[in-house]
Amino acid sequence: MARAVSNRRMAINTGVAWVLAILIFFPILWTILTSFKTEATAIADPPVFLAFDWTLENYETVQERSNYFRHFMNSVVISVGSTLIGLLIAIPAAWAMAFVPGRQTKNVLMWMLSTKMLPPVGVLVPLYLIFRDYGLLDTRIGLVIVLTLINLPIIVWMLYTYFREIPVDILEAARMDGAGLSSEVLYILTPMAVPGIASTLLLNIILAWNEAFWTLNLTAANAAPLTAFIASYSSPEGLFYAKLSAASTMAIAPILVMGWFSQRQLVRGLTFGAVK
Amino acid sequence: MHPRTALCAASTLALIAGAAAAQTTVTIATVNNGDMIRMQGLADNFTEQHPDIELEWVTLEENVLRQRVTQDVATQGGQFDVMTIGTYEVPIWGEQGWLTPLEGMPEGWNPEDFLPAIASGLTVDGTLYAAPFYGESSMVMYRTDLMEEAGLEMPEAPTWDFIGEAAAAMTDKDNEIYGICLRGKPGWGENMAFLTAMSNSFGARWFDENWQPQFDTDAWAQTLDTYLELVTNYGPPGAASNGFNENLALFQQGKCGMWIDATVAASFVTNPDESQVADSVGFALAPDNGLGKRGNWLWAWSLAIPSGTDAEDAAKEFIAWATGQAYTELVAENEGWANVPPGTRTSLYENEEYLSAAPFAERTLESINAADPQNPTVDPVPYTGVQFVAIPEFQGLGTAVGQVMSAALAGQTTAEEALAQAQTIATREMERAGYID
Repeated sequence: MARAVSNRRMAINTGVAWVLAILIFFPILWTILTSFKTEATAIADPPVFLAFDWTLENYETVQERSNYFRHFMNSVVISVGSTLIGLLIAIPAAWAMAFVPGRQTKNVLMWMLSTKMLPPVGVLVPLYLIFRDYGLLDTRIGLVIVLTLINLPIIVWMLYTYFREIPVDILEAARMDGAGLSSEVLYILTPMAVPGIASTLLLNIILAWNEAFWTLNLTAANAAPLTAFIASYSSPEGLFYAKLSAASTMAIAPILVMGWFSQRQLVRGLTFGAVK
Repeated sequence: MHPRTALCAASTLALIAGAAAAQTTVTIATVNNGDMIRMQGLADNFTEQHPDIELEWVTLEENVLRQRVTQDVATQGGQFDVMTIGTYEVPIWGEQGWLTPLEGMPEGWNPEDFLPAIASGLTVDGTLYAAPFYGESSMVMYRTDLMEEAGLEMPEAPTWDFIGEAAAAMTDKDNEIYGICLRGKPGWGENMAFLTAMSNSFGARWFDENWQPQFDTDAWAQTLDTYLELVTNYGPPGAASNGFNENLALFQQGKCGMWIDATVAASFVTNPDESQVADSVGFALAPDNGLGKRGNWLWAWSLAIPSGTDAEDAAKEFIAWATGQAYTELVAENEGWANVPPGTRTSLYENEEYLSAAPFAERTLESINAADPQNPTVDPVPYTGVQFVAIPEFQGLGTAVGQVMSAALAGQTTAEEALAQAQTIATREMERAGYID
């Protein structure tokens, strides 16, 4: 009887999970399907789901019109670069906060988080002027700096949460065996926190990849990543939904593929310490 | 390596380096629409004529572009050498000294050929600050078959009364056919572009000669009542969130009897590849009320050079190419006369080939000529602009008032409440900005 109840519950849970997954994925699926339609079919009423003449003309148009590879490379450099630099800064910071907390540690953590509560547009003009004066406008290095700084609070918070799950006793044992600070962080702490660091890295790459406010405002022709590539296909005067969908599909494809292959690591990291 | 070979190699390298150094890059910020994209596709023609100039394109959605270029020109960021801006920005930026006057342009550019109504919107104190790439007004687009079924005939210059009568006669909600489709989406360039142009024909104005807001006048009450009656009784459901694209889709699917919007839509609705009603579309001037002003607007996407650019000469060469008469012939040769950017040059409307290829050409020209950005209203006003007020505060103010009007269309407030709120908002903003005490 208990077994039957358990099976029924599992079936319900599975069903709910599938419904949720389909609901969440449907807009992406619709975008992908629209990218294979003509502009006329894209706005058809009632909407056509699968029974339409599939075409690649939108992808051909997008390829002809834009330099996809340049935008793609900018996205890779900016997202990976900002994530790696962010991790380099955040691992020691999170270690200090998790294992050597001071009286103000919690306040510092809260203050770091509070910087995320400021609307970015509030600091746009000052930052734009600083970038102008230092020649950082429309450069990859400029965007790497900005994205590192805006994502740093999230990286520190995530790593802090993972590090707190690691027993201090293990680190103390290492110290008693003569491990110095760098050895402790590099050879003891980091290997134990690999799932957490990996999921932080993946999540941060996704955040940086999708960041649209700063990447649109601080770039022009040279450092514009895929967010600017998508924005160039949006138009309030003209129905270009199919081309916009093709551009969007090309922009999200790399990150979707990366997410697909790293989903096990991502889930493992995000649920790290959740079940004891 | 042999000394002579080394010398040759060094000379070649020096020549290549010299050539690269001589190359001037012109970065162009532009908007995503059919005409601009076509220009990008034809840009090889320019670079072949000017091998020393390289073009970099930054294409953005209209609202993003506006924010991006405003920010850059105001802070002198120097990211762009040519900017695509509209008739709203040019007078304000020209007066601020943010734009380079289009003087000393390459020979043969012929600015005298620009349509006077369009050129006047881009001129400050007699100086032209931007070159129009394409111009547009607004007009009535209607289904000729539905009009015939209704037993009516659309006049060339209809009144608002006729539009109401025709909308009632064409509406067949059971079959999802709505007599009229109008903009309802809030925004200074969305519903307020339409409503401001419409209000001109009712004798309304945003401000009197002393910058006092005028939403508490009968003229505005009549404007809003007429608009709400038309859209509520004969418009599609959810009209409060419909902008240009939503109405374009409805019209192309045969769901609108009439649509009053940008003349640029004419080429979309008559294109059989996109529109189900391409062969049964007629055009008429925007409606009036017999007061001497029509409810049509005037807009021109134009190319301007921000002051302080280090590629001024190259930018002028590019603008002369993109807005010159030879460019229209280039487009006609490659894409057909119907795809030539409309509404900028008088000579285009004297070209028989263009007139026969573009059935909407005559009406577009009449609509543009019917708008006067220097004297947009029946009573005098202290501002220029037909569907906008050319002051820096208008973007925020127009959008705030647009939200109030959209709420009235959605049934959240009455027309009286909406106008009272608009009056309060406009008064507060004008006091804050120092126009009134």
